[in-house]
Amino acid sequence: MKRELTRRHFLNTTAAMGAATLAGAMMPGQARAASDLTVGFIYVGPKDDFGYNQAHAEGAAAVKEMAGVTVVEEENVPETVDVQNTMESMINFDGATLLFPTSFGYFDPHILEVAPKHPDVRFQHAAGLWSADKHPMNVGSYFGYIGMGQYLNGITAGYASKTKKIGFVAAKPIPQVLQNINSFLLGARSVDPEITCQVIFTGEWSLAVKEAEATNALADQGCDVITCHVDGPKVVMETAAARGAYVCGYHADQTALAPEKYLTGAEWNWAGVYTGMVQTVLDGGSIDNFVRGGLSDGFIKMSPLGPAVSDAARNQFEATKAEIMKGGYSVFKGPLKDNAGNVIAADGEAFVETDIALESMNYLVEGVLGSTS
Amino acid sequence: MSDTTATQTPPMGALLARWLPRAEALLIPLAALLCGLAVFSLFLLTLGKSPIDFYALIYKAGFSTAFSWQNTLSRVAPLLFAGLCVALPARLGLVVIGGEGAIVLGGLAAAVLGLAVVGAPPVIGFVVMAAGAALMGGLWIGAVGWLRFKRGVNETIASLLMAYIAIALMNHLVEGLFRDPQSLNKPSTAPLPEALRVGDMPIGIDVHWGFAFGVLACVISWVLMDRTTIGFAARIAGDNVRAAQVQGLPVGKLIIGFTALGGACAGLAGFFEVSAIHGSANGSLISGYGYTGILVAFLARHNPLAIIPVATLLAGFEASSGLIQRRMDLPDATILVMEGIVFVVLLLSETLYGRLAIFNPTFWEKKA
Repeated sequence: MKRELTRRHFLNTTAAMGAATLAGAMMPGQARAASDLTVGFIYVGPKDDFGYNQAHAEGAAAVKEMAGVTVVEEENVPETVDVQNTMESMINFDGATLLFPTSFGYFDPHILEVAPKHPDVRFQHAAGLWSADKHPMNVGSYFGYIGMGQYLNGITAGYASKTKKIGFVAAKPIPQVLQNINSFLLGARSVDPEITCQVIFTGEWSLAVKEAEATNALADQGCDVITCHVDGPKVVMETAAARGAYVCGYHADQTALAPEKYLTGAEWNWAGVYTGMVQTVLDGGSIDNFVRGGLSDGFIKMSPLGPAVSDAARNQFEATKAEIMKGGYSVFKGPLKDNAGNVIAADGEAFVETDIALESMNYLVEGVLGSTS
Repeated sequence: MSDTTATQTPPMGALLARWLPRAEALLIPLAALLCGLAVFSLFLLTLGKSPIDFYALIYKAGFSTAFSWQNTLSRVAPLLFAGLCVALPARLGLVVIGGEGAIVLGGLAAAVLGLAVVGAPPVIGFVVMAAGAALMGGLWIGAVGWLRFKRGVNETIASLLMAYIAIALMNHLVEGLFRDPQSLNKPSTAPLPEALRVGDMPIGIDVHWGFAFGVLACVISWVLMDRTTIGFAARIAGDNVRAAQVQGLPVGKLIIGFTALGGACAGLAGFFEVSAIHGSANGSLISGYGYTGILVAFLARHNPLAIIPVATLLAGFEASSGLIQRRMDLPDATILVMEGIVFVVLLLSETLYGRLAIFNPTFWEKKA
């Protein structure tokens, strides 16, 4: 039910933005002081990292366009007392009443420390961590099922691969990342069940040198389509393309980094999400504390298909995407084993995209070469 | 009349001899700081930004209101400890730049030991955590001193490389042996109970006790360095190792002892980060305080007391970084550029010691 409400908000975003522009036009033309609402965005890395932070910054840029809204932003804020001070500073000096601290590690303890001191400020955090019995009501969390995007990436990879070996550069073996790796392989295997995916973990969210080494190692092993889950995919995209491999993007659109080799990419659509949430606040409503969505909810989008995507690939990509858009799609369905031979799902068993069990994933599925520890 | 001048002159000379070195030690870094800021102002002007606005924002964000002070002082504690980790070995002529490793491992030790003594009275819990963190940090940086003395390994490079090892070790343990299974997407140790969390000082703003203990550590270090025979021996060894050895000073013990002491301070920074801020050990501990500590110690010319105002000033700079980003539309690296320029000018100013006539007693005596 809560989802229903939010989804409506997102669908209404365009109309609402129009209304807001109209409302804005009627207001006196003072630049800063005229705004009804100051919104703060906080990023853990640079705003132009072609990845996680850029995706959020693009969302902030869309909010900036809204009338009656002032946006303040801060990048490269570490997950220490620094972010607590940044939040307080935005509240005290800028009068921000809606904050989007976007890094996973900002939540506990930092948002939980600051939020109770400012009951009139709304803290929106990008991850599915909020729970009603433990956390303050002026905190909300939102996240998207981006694994679906990696599954669609996998389909284009399955068609593009000649060697039947694809590669994945991953940060850490945590559930979100494992789900992306598995989804990528399962997408490729929906095209050709012979395909395997080699994964290399770098151990850190942002470690350019290791990401380049990992990409080169994958290329050396014959992987001819490569994707990743690190904060800034720039290095992986450029290195892989330079080695002649095709690439699938993640977090944001990386077409510009490898125009010939880019197949497609799983992107966050924070612009839609953020303008929807800000509009809700402008309208005097309250944002739900717990919001999640996938492709069909406008939380996730796919990069435009690149020139190397064949017609057959395009057809299966579009058909699967249409299925996912209906909601309730299952990437993880039986018979499915992990790469150590344990049964994950028996024949006929399936986990739909919203299944909470997927969020504690600790395995790599059969066909992924690599280990979680 | 002539009698009185005659009796006053000798104390005047003694006074000069006493205060001129102090004035030199204060005025040269201060002038270097101002020169650095002046050079940085030129940099701002080339970007078309107003230096006046810039420094006004630093004042506003770092030092103007109760909140600004909270913003500044809440960042000081780890800088005090990290500064000591550089300053203490520096008095022996050692340049230790790997305090980050001791902070990270000290924090991990505190988190793990805290979980091991859950249920014990908080006082015992705090003592165990702090002692464990200090011991861990002390062993880590002490090992650098040991390598230096026993094997002749360059302590600067060894400490830096060991910081990388420390970070990898912490990541490995937090993602494996000590991982709380509940910490799904951010591997961490299990959260510490509320009783083992260091609270805020009762001063009306949210600054935790780490600040007071950091100041205390600086004062104790100063007493140790400037008022005890051990500190005196360390300074002799720092000035001339051969001379110290000829005098029969235990140079090896001094080197290992002072590096370990510096490491223990850094370990305590890790303890306060875990107990006062994070509540568990995880990747967020790797936040670069150890490296900022290098700048703090050099700006303070390795004087433990001077570390206190210098750390506060740098914390104020960092506290203003956000407001500068937001108000002046400058990248967040701006403050780093400023700190870098100040640091370089400061290093250049090292060559001025003993060369400026005004700090020479004879200059004043001639005039008189």
